Amino acid sequence: MKTKLLMGNEAIALGAIRAGVNVVCGYPGTPSTEVLETIAKNRSNDIYVEWSVNEKVALEVAAGAAYTGARTLVTMKQVGLNVASDPLMSLAYIGVKGGMVVLVADDPGPISSQTEQDTRHFARYAHLPVFDPATPEEAYTMIGEAFALSEKYNTPVLFRPTTQVCHACASVETEDERYFNKIAGFIKDPKWVIFPRLSYQNHIKIDANEAKISQDFSVSPYNHISGQGTLGIVGCGVSFTYVTEALATSNTPVKVLKLATPHPFPDKLVLQFLQGLEQVLVVEELDPVVEENLLRLCGKLGLAIQILGKLTKDMPVAGKHSYEIVAAAISKFLGQEQTALSEQTELPPLPVRPPVLCAGCPHRASFYSVKQAMKKAGHKAVFTGDIGCYTLGNAQPLDMVDTCLCMGAGITIAQGLQLAEPDRKQIAFIGDSTFFHTGIPGIINAVYNENDITVIILDNSTTAMTGHQPHPGTGKTMMGNISEKISIENVLKGCGVTFVTKANPLNLAQAAETVTAAVNHKGVSVVIFESPCIAIVKPNAVQEIKETCIGCKKCIKEIGCPAMSAVDDKVTINPHLCYGCQLCGQICPVQAIGGLN
Amino acid sequence: MRIDCLLAGVGGQGTVLASKIIAQTAISKHCFARTSETIGMAQRGGCVVSHVRIGDKNCSPAIPQGMADLIIGFEPAEALRNIGFLKPSGQLLVNTRPIIPVTSSLGGISYQVADMIHYLQSTGQQVVFVDGQKLCAAASTTKVLNVIMLGVAIKQELIPFSREGVLQTISENLPAKFLELNKKALEIGYNFQQYL
Ligand code: SF4
Ligand code: SF4
Repeated sequence: MKTKLLMGNEAIALGAIRAGVNVVCGYPGTPSTEVLETIAKNRSNDIYVEWSVNEKVALEVAAGAAYTGARTLVTMKQVGLNVASDPLMSLAYIGVKGGMVVLVADDPGPISSQTEQDTRHFARYAHLPVFDPATPEEAYTMIGEAFALSEKYNTPVLFRPTTQVCHACASVETEDERYFNKIAGFIKDPKWVIFPRLSYQNHIKIDANEAKISQDFSVSPYNHISGQGTLGIVGCGVSFTYVTEALATSNTPVKVLKLATPHPFPDKLVLQFLQGLEQVLVVEELDPVVEENLLRLCGKLGLAIQILGKLTKDMPVAGKHSYEIVAAAISKFLGQEQTALSEQTELPPLPVRPPVLCAGCPHRASFYSVKQAMKKAGHKAVFTGDIGCYTLGNAQPLDMVDTCLCMGAGITIAQGLQLAEPDRKQIAFIGDSTFFHTGIPGIINAVYNENDITVIILDNSTTAMTGHQPHPGTGKTMMGNISEKISIENVLKGCGVTFVTKANPLNLAQAAETVTAAVNHKGVSVVIFESPCIAIVKPNAVQEIKETCIGCKKCIKEIGCPAMSAVDDKVTINPHLCYGCQLCGQICPVQAIGGLN
Repeated sequence: MRIDCLLAGVGGQGTVLASKIIAQTAISKHCFARTSETIGMAQRGGCVVSHVRIGDKNCSPAIPQGMADLIIGFEPAEALRNIGFLKPSGQLLVNTRPIIPVTSSLGGISYQVADMIHYLQSTGQQVVFVDGQKLCAAASTTKVLNVIMLGVAIKQELIPFSREGVLQTISENLPAKFLELNKKALEIGYNFQQYL
């Protein structure tokens, strides 16, 4: 046994290895990414790990393996589950043989996501059990429990940590001993083929199992009741830790339920908790899932207990929780005076640090060249964006992202805009990893339906936003192999795109020319901007401002590179940040920027 | 041992790694440790805040407002932005070298470092200012600012560790090729008064 500081995602990964996981698939997405990466780093030879092309694919690959008796783990973020929901809904009916855990990380806040959706709804919707860990140390053992439950009921199990569990670290005691799961092999059986008749029968089975799992969860060591009184508080997931900390300084008697298994709802345990209570405050992030279940129970049994939470506006309906939010709600609930923080005198003005593209990021050059080309041609084009670092192209002064919806939607939104407004130029931006994820069907749709759009593929040879994962275009796999790189150009040609050109965005004049030609082409045209992410290549010579600078600040105002700043009207380049991309030098009207020698 | 320590800086300064070194060193001394981060979408250049909570298993991942025993500010504006976390009796260690965001040059709020330092001076029980750039120059790289700051914190007894303890953590958890450099950085930080 060792005690180590582990990130929640690392703890989950090591817990899965300990539980004998055989096959791990996923698609990167904050805050889930490190789970799969940690397994890849610590795996023994009998564990297979892959970044799949998207979440639907990952879930299906894992399902196939689980049909043989392999223990499988699928990892994704909450919006990834939307992509994987088709196989998930059906798999809930078909079931699995080997334990299958679908890890879906939710992101209250949201910190780095499009939505604040709550995966616990998905659990209820798909009739699947779900675990909701409160801390990294709890997640380490809980993931093993999830595998066991999955095998007990032959059902996929959801495991839903949130950002403050995934990315928080804690002392975790890890065990060296590992469960070894022997794979029995696939046995042919009609039960693997989904048919209406089978679905009807399995629906009945699922319903019966949910009742049994609810009983199991009522005695789960991860749920417990403490304290006493007529007032009760329910703490779910990480919020339980805020509740504990807030109550540490309170003397008011209160009964507390820690709830880690929101579905199937452990009615029996919760009824035990409700006994003798007059009021209950539910502390849970995202949606009022547990709160609604308490209302259901009270309604069903005619209990006159007041349930407070999001529905009563006693807790905020959006955003992540903090100690301050929870402590304030609890003080109010317990009728305590809130200890006011000592008054702070007014702070001097603080500079803002909005997220911007890194210094030297080739996306900056790509966006700028398209902007210049459109300006020159006098086009009032619409720029549809997508999910990735390049969403940051929306920031001033670039201002080059007019829409962003979900993975792969840039290409298809552009088509809709074009249909409704045929005389306007529509330019869609998409990254290389996103292109493989869900971009390709949009391309085929545009070619098939003879749409007139231009697609700019920002190929930086990595999945940058989530921390540089490989993808089909890089040829690297998580098993350490090098496979044949899949050429984006060939894929496009195979999809019937006749106008495909490549350009280096850091050569501004040439890049703009390429874009102009593509936009003038009638039909689907694609420009692939090839330039690697700065994080995976060595920097070029740092640039500096020469004496000949006339102080016009055009360089800063046009591209807003974070390595540049103007102090007292003097423009300088921070040598520690500059990557030597030489974009600024191509913008300066008097060639006052050059390499340090 | 019960300590809540907050580290604030700008993406790329090594704040998160410093927080992990503190937590792991506490664990080697058989203390429970919890850390968490708030990091925005930006890979580099955004605000980064790390919370390190030592000695209490039953705490939440983030330090409540007004409860931090110590703030290590890797950058003056970021130290100030998080000053509300500091206890009235808390301690403060700040690198006075600003990182001026490009937004300040695009017509945003101008960066008034003197006012910030002045404000920070008046907070907490003990305030230690260091010139991170000067100290980094002694190590010939800005990459070790985080370990230098830890060296200063040890010297000023802001964290209850020895240089040996921290070095042990570094040698057990970081790539061996950086060990010599980190050792040097820790010494520079510990002897920061020589570089003033
Ligand atoms: S060369 Fe210019 S634009 Fe490129 S990173 Fe350096 S300062 Fe920024
Ligand atoms: S564009 Fe050239 S002349 Fe104008 S401020 Fe920048 S470096 Fe100086």
